[in-house]
Amino acid sequence: MTNLKYRLLTIVLLVLASAWALYPRTVVERVKRDGVFVFDTIQRVPLKRGLDLVGGMHLTLEIDESKGAVANKSEALDRALTVVRARIDEFGVAEPVVQKIGNDRIAVELPGIDDPDRATEVVQKAAWLQFQITDKSQAFEKNVARLDGILRDKGIVAAAKSDTGKGAPKAALPNLFAGGDTGKKAAGDSSAVDSVRSSDGPFATKVVKAPGGDPGMFMVAESDRDEIDAYLRHPDVQAALPPGKQVKWGADTIMAGNVAYRGLYVLDARPIITGEYLTDAKPNTVPGEGTIVEFQLNNEGGRRFKSETGKHVRDYMAIVLDDRVMSAPVIQSAIGTRGQITMGGAGLQAAQDLALVLRAGALPVPLKVADRRTIGASLGQDSIEKSVRAGIVAIVAVVLIMLVYYRFSGMMAVGGLILYVLYTLAVLAGFGATLTLPGLAGFVLGIGIAVDANVLIFERIREELDHGKSVRTAIEEGFKHAMTAIIDTNVSTALTALVLYQYGTGPVKGFAVTLLAGLAATLVACVFSVRTFYLVWLNRNRGVESLSI
Amino acid sequence: MLRILHGTKIDFIKYWRTAAILTVAFILVGMGSAIFKGGFPLSIEFTGGTLMQLEFTTAPDVSKLRSTLDAAGIRGAEITTFGSSRDFTIRAQEPEQVAAQAAGAEKVATQIEAALKAAYGEGAFKVGRVESVGPRVGAELARGAVYAILISFAVTLAYLAWRFEWRFGLSAVLATAHDILTTIAFIKLLHLEISLTVIAAILTVIGYSLNDTIIIFDRVRENLHKNRKMPFYDLLNLSVNETLPRSILTHATTLAATISLLVLAGEVIRPFAWVMSFGIFTGTFSSVYVASPILMWVENKYPRANEARGTTRPKP
Repeated sequence: MTNLKYRLLTIVLLVLASAWALYPRTVVERVKRDGVFVFDTIQRVPLKRGLDLVGGMHLTLEIDESKGAVANKSEALDRALTVVRARIDEFGVAEPVVQKIGNDRIAVELPGIDDPDRATEVVQKAAWLQFQITDKSQAFEKNVARLDGILRDKGIVAAAKSDTGKGAPKAALPNLFAGGDTGKKAAGDSSAVDSVRSSDGPFATKVVKAPGGDPGMFMVAESDRDEIDAYLRHPDVQAALPPGKQVKWGADTIMAGNVAYRGLYVLDARPIITGEYLTDAKPNTVPGEGTIVEFQLNNEGGRRFKSETGKHVRDYMAIVLDDRVMSAPVIQSAIGTRGQITMGGAGLQAAQDLALVLRAGALPVPLKVADRRTIGASLGQDSIEKSVRAGIVAIVAVVLIMLVYYRFSGMMAVGGLILYVLYTLAVLAGFGATLTLPGLAGFVLGIGIAVDANVLIFERIREELDHGKSVRTAIEEGFKHAMTAIIDTNVSTALTALVLYQYGTGPVKGFAVTLLAGLAATLVACVFSVRTFYLVWLNRNRGVESLSI
Repeated sequence: MLRILHGTKIDFIKYWRTAAILTVAFILVGMGSAIFKGGFPLSIEFTGGTLMQLEFTTAPDVSKLRSTLDAAGIRGAEITTFGSSRDFTIRAQEPEQVAAQAAGAEKVATQIEAALKAAYGEGAFKVGRVESVGPRVGAELARGAVYAILISFAVTLAYLAWRFEWRFGLSAVLATAHDILTTIAFIKLLHLEISLTVIAAILTVIGYSLNDTIIIFDRVRENLHKNRKMPFYDLLNLSVNETLPRSILTHATTLAATISLLVLAGEVIRPFAWVMSFGIFTGTFSSVYVASPILMWVENKYPRANEARGTTRPKP
């Protein structure tokens, strides 16, 4: 009977190990308190739950090559990964996952995020900061006629007949500004507008000089922006732009009357300094200026900034973030290591996020979202509750079926089923597998399938008993003969699960993992353990002549 | 001892013609529907696109919802309710929307949300779930799913080839092919969306139905060994009858699990539960009425030498 002792010992040890694996631990988690979700430290069973159960965001980013090919993708992505990780760490999420997938993707998982757009913005923002002096040489004004000529010659714009008509209301902009309540300097520089209007192509009619005539600054009605943008991107126009100059759009629109205008800036291409020297950035609210981000440069950056701004006193310096001009203040005097970015109409949170991404550094390559899945925390909670309910109903039904049909032996099967549930959960917890919604479904399904092993064995035992074998022999034969079928069942399902694990996404991977854990648990719980139960029973009732099965 | 269908002597195999006609008809109806009524609805995981699950505080008017989306330039989106009249799923997977997501998968979802906020107000609805899949990822997942199906089929074939001699193997493979076809027809007839979860269910069904076939064949093999004189027709019937209680009971417990999933586990799992529930039926059916008649046909066509019967044990 030493054999039986070892069997019992194995079961006891396995149960203890499972209990240890499932013992509640302290974890930081997002929990619902007074109707709101907050991060908190709680005690719970250490089963890792997937995003579809806790709620949150899954994001796959890939290199955006729409603005130019990237040479060494893998290496660039590694650097981007560091930046993304730094930003996520600052963003403050419990248990985030940031990992590289293949050579051209980054997967980001943020459990418990409830503002996915904001989180995406933080992860994806290039945060490429540049300071550029606006053009003083009237490079655009002098070339307007030529640029419009190119558009006409290339047939991009038909010789302007109707254009003048369309452009007319916008040409009235200076007047609008004069009468408007924008508080800007009044009296539009009508001579500048006239000089721009020296031809009647789209550039001449739709691009107007900024009020106040600040150098290199223009305005385009928001409704014309896409059109003008397309012209500016045209290779022939690009080639015709004055060398050493760049054209960039403003980040915000300005209302004049009831028309929204967007700034268009002509800048010296060479930035006087970039964000790489930045050491710190923090948001602030200043009366009169609204929200700002104050930044600090390191010593080297400060020296450069000081000497450059010293050379450009009274000039306008455009603060360019990700190719958009945030603002273009006039340089009053040389600036040292400190500076600020005016956020315009954006709120404090936008300023906080900008400060965060500036601190974490710029992305070395532009990234775009390849796919994004978000699940609300309450929906995840709901999924868990529903699956648990389905699981309980399934267990009750299976237990009833087994007890009614197999009576005493059914009880042994139910004992095996309890161990099955325990072992499966323990395996999932022990290997740190992630439980997903399909995973939970797989678990519930597993309950139905697990007893198949017992059904096979019991039916076989019944047949052996019918053939007039003794109880002990029948049990032994039953287990022996059912074994091949049980192994077949498990192997064929395991093969499927492995394939699914290889090709599935997160949730389906969770299904494959639960399935595999369930199969392993079946062999131990429903075959090994149930057999041990029988051996114990036989040991206690020697010479037993009938078996309730 | 409570016994269901014990010691039955039902002549299952006799009805194989009727069964064959029924199952072929079912498959043809399903496939016909797929051909004439526009293919299979694929989930956005495969096509790319955007899925949003929304819960409104008060039931909105569906036509207003649609016109709001149309006005925002999201044309042809599929709007369905589930659960209550306040719960909506919006699927935008028209080619133009998928193309719009090439530059950034989140764009369409943001657009829809902004349009709905403008039309219904800030707190009028809650976004439960959003899935935005760019075209490239969609194509990759679709390819992955095809690989998964092919590889699991190949792996299953290899396992059968190793496990059984060819007569059994061939019958089991054809039965499995039958299960895939009926399941696909079922998916089409119920208008279930083919997603990765549904594919996972199909593959699980394949494994499950194969088990059934294996168990009957195991018994056939054993009976071949025991009753050398018995005609194959009777032997098949005997084997099916002997394994009947096990089949009934296992299916009862598995169905208990899948039906509780179907009824209780919610919208996301429902397609999975449907496919699994159906798969249990078709798997049982095919073991008796597809695998067995084919096996009989093969045995008649390529009879074993009588003395060779004893050697039809599992290869090691």
